[in-house]
Amino acid sequence: MKIFIEKQNKNIEKKFSGKIKDLLKDLKINSDTVLVVKDKELITEEDLVSDKDSVKILSVISGG
Amino acid sequence: MICSKCSEKAVFLEPKLCKKHFIDYFEKKVLDTIKKFKLLNKKDRVVVACSGGKDSTTVLYLLKKFHGNVVALAIDEGIKGYRDKTLVDLKKFCKDNDIKLQIYFFEKEFGKTLDIMLKKKNYPCSVCGTFRRYLLNKCAKGFHKIATGHNMDDEAQAVLMNLLKSNTDLLLHSVPITSKRKGFVQRMKPLYFCSEKEVAAYALLKGFDVGFTECPYMEESFRNVVRNSLNNYEKEKKGSKRNILEKHLKLINDIKISRKSFQYCSICGEPSQSDVCKACELIKSFK
Ligand SMILES: [Zn+2]
Repeated sequence: MKIFIEKQNKNIEKKFSGKIKDLLKDLKINSDTVLVVKDKELITEEDLVSDKDSVKILSVISGG
Repeated sequence: MICSKCSEKAVFLEPKLCKKHFIDYFEKKVLDTIKKFKLLNKKDRVVVACSGGKDSTTVLYLLKKFHGNVVALAIDEGIKGYRDKTLVDLKKFCKDNDIKLQIYFFEKEFGKTLDIMLKKKNYPCSVCGTFRRYLLNKCAKGFHKIATGHNMDDEAQAVLMNLLKSNTDLLLHSVPITSKRKGFVQRMKPLYFCSEKEVAAYALLKGFDVGFTECPYMEESFRNVVRNSLNNYEKEKKGSKRNILEKHLKLINDIKISRKSFQYCSICGEPSQSDVCKACELIKSFK
């Protein structure tokens, strides 16, 4: 699947299907520090994504 | 996952709510903080310290909605590629929401932009912070309150950092509203009990145009360590951040912390800990 990580400003490709919380675990991202958006909608850690989806991982930490 | 209040899909997990119910929940939380800590009187003229980021934009929007009498104040330090960008978003937001915006410039007030100052000094956050605090207090004269975007994460981090650094008197700053002192405009934090994630979700759901931009001078390594620890505590024990703040508020209420005494700067007249304030000292050192 396609993943955009805002804080690092980079796009990655990763083989994954399952819950968002497990995706974040794989990427070593604490779920308290991000929001996940799919098709312009906010989704939760319990939502399922499949390999053909693309998601954006937005940082909730303010830049200053 | 379904909303705990209706049959719509949940967009947030703790608490489990759909878009509409999350927005209601968040606004109620802010209103409850405003009421419980008496952040606002009906006739207050309020200035919101704005950066163009999600937190201060949310405060600006909600105070306009709940209170009405608000002005946005922004400080342009002169950080190329950063502040110029965030201010574009803020200008548009204020125009769309019919809010008066005042912008003050380091260059005009102190003779130089931060970018230029830093060619001579290399501790950006300390130079910038001194001037920002000074300018905010000075430019907010004539208002009853300054509202800032500090959220629960910022505040829990500050409490922990000040404990670890043994800055006891600074603990008095981590409150929903500062006490009245001559020479200072009272500061209040309507997002005191809202987590960073909740604020980000609210701003996103409301469609606020607040892109993620990081200050190029960011050098908060210790804050990052504390932020990570707090997020780990919160993972292990839900409610850790809130508990820290609630106990902190109770403690500073119960014990007497002596404040550093202050006088007034002999150059500019602003409150100061010595004969000449830090801002005036810095300005002299740049000449
Ligand atoms: Zn609902």
